[in-house]
Amino acid sequence: MFASVSFTPPTILLDISLLAILVIVAVSIVRMRSLFGIVMLQGVYSLVSAAWFVSLDAVDVAFTEAAVGAGVSTVLMLAAMLLADRKSAPVPLSRQWGPLLIVIFVGMAMFYAIGDMPAYGDANSAANSYVGLDYMAKTAEEIHIPNVVTAVLASYRGYDTFGETVVIFSAGLGVLLLLGLNGNAGRWHAECKGQRISRSSAPSASTEKSASERAEPETPPTKAAAKKAPAKKAAPKKAAPKKAVAKKTNKGGANG
Amino acid sequence: MLADIFEQYNYAIVIILMMTGLYVVFSSRNLIKKLVGLSIFQTSVFLLYITISKVAGGQPPILVDDHGESSGEEGHGAADAIQSAAEALEPGADASEQAIEVVAQAAEAGQVVYSNPLPHVLILTAIVVGVATLAIGLSLVVRIREVYKTIEEDEIDALDYAYNLEGTGPSPLAPETGAKS
Amino acid sequence: MAERKTRPSKPSKEEMAPRDPHVLLRVMAKFLIPLIALFALYVHFHGDYGPGGGFQAGVIFAASIILYALIFGLDAAKQAFPPSWIRIGMTLGVLLYGGTGVVTWLLGGEFLNYGVLAHEPSHGQHYGILAVELGVLVTVTTVMIAIFYAFGSRQPETSEEDW
Repeated sequence: MFASVSFTPPTILLDISLLAILVIVAVSIVRMRSLFGIVMLQGVYSLVSAAWFVSLDAVDVAFTEAAVGAGVSTVLMLAAMLLADRKSAPVPLSRQWGPLLIVIFVGMAMFYAIGDMPAYGDANSAANSYVGLDYMAKTAEEIHIPNVVTAVLASYRGYDTFGETVVIFSAGLGVLLLLGLNGNAGRWHAECKGQRISRSSAPSASTEKSASERAEPETPPTKAAAKKAPAKKAAPKKAAPKKAVAKKTNKGGANG
Repeated sequence: MLADIFEQYNYAIVIILMMTGLYVVFSSRNLIKKLVGLSIFQTSVFLLYITISKVAGGQPPILVDDHGESSGEEGHGAADAIQSAAEALEPGADASEQAIEVVAQAAEAGQVVYSNPLPHVLILTAIVVGVATLAIGLSLVVRIREVYKTIEEDEIDALDYAYNLEGTGPSPLAPETGAKS
Repeated sequence: MAERKTRPSKPSKEEMAPRDPHVLLRVMAKFLIPLIALFALYVHFHGDYGPGGGFQAGVIFAASIILYALIFGLDAAKQAFPPSWIRIGMTLGVLLYGGTGVVTWLLGGEFLNYGVLAHEPSHGQHYGILAVELGVLVTVTTVMIAIFYAFGSRQPETSEEDW
């Protein structure tokens, strides 16, 4: 059976073991609740898929995936996680059945469509026949650089790459608009329906005290907020050894 | 059917990975975990594209002869040889066996077979754009966390619901300012 | 120089002075960061001949700055790579890319047809690809550093015990 797949056994073993690692990592991301573990496993997933890209001859893609997926995006996710939570709340079992059914259904539909796909490593499939061969042939004639991927990226598909650069530029612009370069030093607040709905959450922010004093007398706590928000928010502030204790005292404080 | 799966096992695994990512996006209520699921899904799409571009026995699409001139003829020749060899093959044969023969004939002619560079280019740019959009998503999560003090979807929904029930009433976020001071 | 000023940000100067727990990290990082930056330039300029190019080089260069920020603190990194460069770099990269296209326009070719940049069309392609990849490099580097600065300079709400 393996003989029909046109690869030597070591390659197949390598591919299968890499893919097995990928599946194991993905499944453990599903089951894990610690966000730190999830983010690190995402980095591992990117690195292993980069290794598989090398096995698939896509060295440029592997390089990019290792630098971007395993490096920068892991750092960004860690930074965002530091600003947010450490744990994700457990999802009740009753809410897992719906997504599971949808995913199984979609997956079965895609498995059904596998038969129409070209075989693995097929040299004369439709995807590998026309324009890719043209690029291979014409790069050597017209551009005289060995790396065809660079030639296609920068020259033949220069418009494409220009668009991608603009996308990256605007993404950076969006992040700067959302977060700013100088942090949240107590300057940010928003008004909603004439009421101040939030303020800086930095513990060291200087406006914090006055803002909270202003907010307190005129706002009786609503039920849902009193139940959820204070427990989440104030537990780390009190630095109590046990979280449950901190939650209780804080809730009491909020209600009283 | 089973033979098909073995010949195309790459698609099977990619679909499994893709569905795992989709499941994380659907089922998890934590926004950061959702984003991780999204990036798993994204990476699986990359894998799908790159597996299609793989040519059996091929090399990375970097022309072997140094900087140039002579490698031009060779790349062109290799492409021609592959096409003619592919046309010469009988249509009934197994696709991967055909691929083996194509590679063998190209090797006999002293030519090199390369994998298809086009999907590599598409995915290379997609990866970098992916991290840029991921950064946008993460910064939205950070802002949500700063306003709502949580990144669990259920709690955000509850806070929104409470706020909308009150209409022009007090903000749902006010009590914790009280609890904090 | 810069890092010495901002290093003792954690507890206090007296506590840090006797034993720096991260001395190994600092020494190794000082050795590695220039090499990483150099490797980024190699990846960029060797992109024609091997795997690499503007995207990868930009990310690797940004990674060197991010490593510096992680080891020596964000303030030191902001002295090494000032935030004012970010706005300039982000726009400069895109303008370099688009400007190459405009130059080819003015020389009588189509937008981004680098063949007109030199007498020999293949040499023109070389120059054009290098210029365009430089634009990509500058934009990607500065955007990645900008994103890291934006996340890094936020104050985390959760305290250390939350781990």
